[in-house]
Amino acid sequence: MEFFEALINILNSTIRVSVPLLLACLAGLYSERAGIFDIGLEGKMLAGAFAGAAAAAVFGSAWIGLLVAVLVSVALALVHGFASITHRGNQIVSGVAINFIAAGSTIILGQAWFNQGGRTPSLTADGRFGAITLPFADQLRDVPVVGQIYSGLLSGHTLLAYLAFLAVPFTWWVLFRTRFGLRLRAVGENPAAVDTAGISVAWLRYRAVICTGVLTGLAGCYMSLSQNAGFVKDMTAGRGYIALAALIFAKWKPVPAMFACLLFGFLDALSIRLQGTPLPIVGKVPVQFMQALPYVLTVILLAGFIGKAIPPRAGGVPYVKER
Amino acid sequence: MAEAAIELVGINKSFGTVRANRDINLVIERGSILGIVGENGAGKSTLMSILYGFYQADSGEIKVGGKAVAIKTPNDAIAHGIGMVHQHFMLVENFTVIENVILGAEHEALLKSSIAKARSELERLEREYGLEVDPDAVIEELPVGLQQRVEILKALYRGAEILILDEPTGVLTPAEADHLFRILRQLKEQGKTIVLITHKLREIMAITDTVSVMRQGTVVATRETAKTTVEELAELMVGRRVLLRVEKGEARPGAVKLSVRNLTVRDSRGVTMVSDVSFDVRGGEIVGIAGVAGNGQSELIEAVSGIRRAVSGSVMLDGAAIEVTGHADPGELRDRGLAHVPEDRHHVGLVLAFEENENSILGYHDKQQYLNGPFLKIDAVRDDARRKIEKFDIRPPDCRLRTANFSGGNQQKIVLARELEQDPGVLIVGQPTRGVDVGAIEFIHKQLIAMRDRGKAVLLISVELDEIRSLSDRILVMFDGRVVGERGPDATEGELGLLMAGVESQEAAE
Ligand SMILES: Nc1ncnc2c1ncn2[C@@H]1O[C@H](COP(=O)(O)OP(=O)(O)OP(=O)(O)O)[C@@H](O)[C@H]1O
Ligand SMILES: [Mg+2]
Repeated sequence: MEFFEALINILNSTIRVSVPLLLACLAGLYSERAGIFDIGLEGKMLAGAFAGAAAAAVFGSAWIGLLVAVLVSVALALVHGFASITHRGNQIVSGVAINFIAAGSTIILGQAWFNQGGRTPSLTADGRFGAITLPFADQLRDVPVVGQIYSGLLSGHTLLAYLAFLAVPFTWWVLFRTRFGLRLRAVGENPAAVDTAGISVAWLRYRAVICTGVLTGLAGCYMSLSQNAGFVKDMTAGRGYIALAALIFAKWKPVPAMFACLLFGFLDALSIRLQGTPLPIVGKVPVQFMQALPYVLTVILLAGFIGKAIPPRAGGVPYVKER
Repeated sequence: MAEAAIELVGINKSFGTVRANRDINLVIERGSILGIVGENGAGKSTLMSILYGFYQADSGEIKVGGKAVAIKTPNDAIAHGIGMVHQHFMLVENFTVIENVILGAEHEALLKSSIAKARSELERLEREYGLEVDPDAVIEELPVGLQQRVEILKALYRGAEILILDEPTGVLTPAEADHLFRILRQLKEQGKTIVLITHKLREIMAITDTVSVMRQGTVVATRETAKTTVEELAELMVGRRVLLRVEKGEARPGAVKLSVRNLTVRDSRGVTMVSDVSFDVRGGEIVGIAGVAGNGQSELIEAVSGIRRAVSGSVMLDGAAIEVTGHADPGELRDRGLAHVPEDRHHVGLVLAFEENENSILGYHDKQQYLNGPFLKIDAVRDDARRKIEKFDIRPPDCRLRTANFSGGNQQKIVLARELEQDPGVLIVGQPTRGVDVGAIEFIHKQLIAMRDRGKAVLLISVELDEIRSLSDRILVMFDGRVVGERGPDATEGELGLLMAGVESQEAAE
């Protein structure tokens, strides 16, 4: 039974650490399915996390924080769009630039506004999203297995976490059941076909990029307003890149994306859990090794275990009207 | 005279310094089939792309049904009942047929009802025009003939009254082309207007009502088809008399240069495409391989030129083996004097994003004449490119232009110039005149015969039976991966046709 509880605990933290990955991964999915590669997920998340925490600290409201986070992140997404759609620039360069801008400006602005070494002030309960207890979770706590899973694993997450997991079927539905989704997938494969079908390639891609901005904003917001109580410098710590890896791993499909994020989240949760505990045979493992494990595994998984990942065919190539 | 469906008035369009269309006036009559012919780069595709709103004219006016209209995007064109089948298909390859058909014409935000509507509409179109295709098939798994049908369905689904087809038969087998023409005639009977761009003058004579000739961006003549001849059209296009028949002397075959024995090749799905094929090509002769597309010709030349690995068999080049079942290296074969003009210039023959001069030495870039230590001698490369441009009359004559910006036929000439100018001992050439105008066909044919007369061995594959018959000294017919017969150049079309359909091989088996 003790093992079962430990498992529930690990899975619970798996969900917690997976949420920002999942939101960022779905964000990347909208953009890349439309043919715009976005290595700037990381930067947009970071900017969203900072803007959300700053606004929540000033106005004392998580909702205002959320709104501001999304606005800032969408603004950065539009910058990426402007560079790569309107001006047909190199999408990698533009994405990297956004990462640099976000990393630098969050620290400078944080220091200038709050004078706490780049942090934002600690948020009160109002400034954060609190845990939501699902109905009857407390009563069912002692029912073996089912009750434990329900109240220990599924209940007690914040609004954004539930939103992230609901976004998975929603994204699937949008992609495969709506007109917008059909066009989005088409423009990532063959923009000339979309153009000759009488649809504006640029406007379609801008809409995809805005979806990306909204979701990275939510991802950042989750980190600073749910997982933590404020912004700390570089708090995204490469999650944007892991999300990209998960996206490739999932071959740009929403449901596999969720499982990929959960897998990476699980590795992360495991590494936190095992820090400092001696393992059988190998003994005590250095903290750094455990922290590096998810990244090492990512490389190994990506290098050999997913088969051929075929990206959207027009991905990364600016659309120019010519043959 | 019938009423005009479309009138183009004073259309001008330039790309940089290239004037693709100048002062074009053209009337397209309702319910007729108009043919447009013209040299490569004459501006045919550009003009039609302007009519379809894909490009914007620099100046000029478009009238639909007598009223001047602004066509700024394909959407405007579609709204005015204009549909277009592009020279290079505009399909999303990993979508199904039905998804491609509704793309851009979905009538509400959710797909379900659009798909249901398209399904019944496709059934109707299938019944009325014989345009049958499985709505749930994925595009990349369909043969080109069917892909083209999807393009036509796309246009009709959008309610096109005027259908533009840009070189629709370039990639079709003769049977597929016949089927297409039946469909076009039927469309015409239903009152639709059709514009057909093609380089095949026979098709013009067979199906059009009027024909307009373009040269260097202008319309130089318009004729009633019934009152003109192939010779006149060819002369109008090129501005001089064109030899439509190939003139060649007796072949003087020498030693065997290329020898293929028991070659068996599978395609990427593991299906055997070439089985147990043996033949020789001697210096001083042209051996043509005839066959309906998809009977193994493509795989055969890919294996011999070292692009595709064969399962078994052997190939000798000038008496020395080529490792066709192992790691044959196309680069090494090139050094040994085997040149290859691939069938598919876009995917195999050219890097479209490169400048013309870079493509004109591609594969030969490590030859001493272009090198200065590890560096390319850019000037030498460009001079070389200019010389080829002049000799092969590649237009526009600008070796710094991006290859993608050349017209289809001129891209073909770039590949041919590169391979022929190396003067290889053995030349393997696939579809040498696909998408090329009559003047250029005459030139290319002369070049191939000149190579033969210099004692080189030429292996030719082409889906154009005429081309095979007029160039080859010996004709091998392939059917279902086997060589089912060999004939001399005097074989009749009917005889070859039967062989190509596998008739004789079946009789022999009985
Ligand atoms: N997007 C473009 N950019 C630059 N030049 C172009 C572009 N499109 C066409 N051209 C040039 O305009 C001229 C006309 O080209 P177009 O494609 O209309 O010829 P075409 O008559 O269709 O020839 P073909 O029979 O070979 O297809 C050519 O010289 C071509 O190089
Ligand atoms: Mg053309």
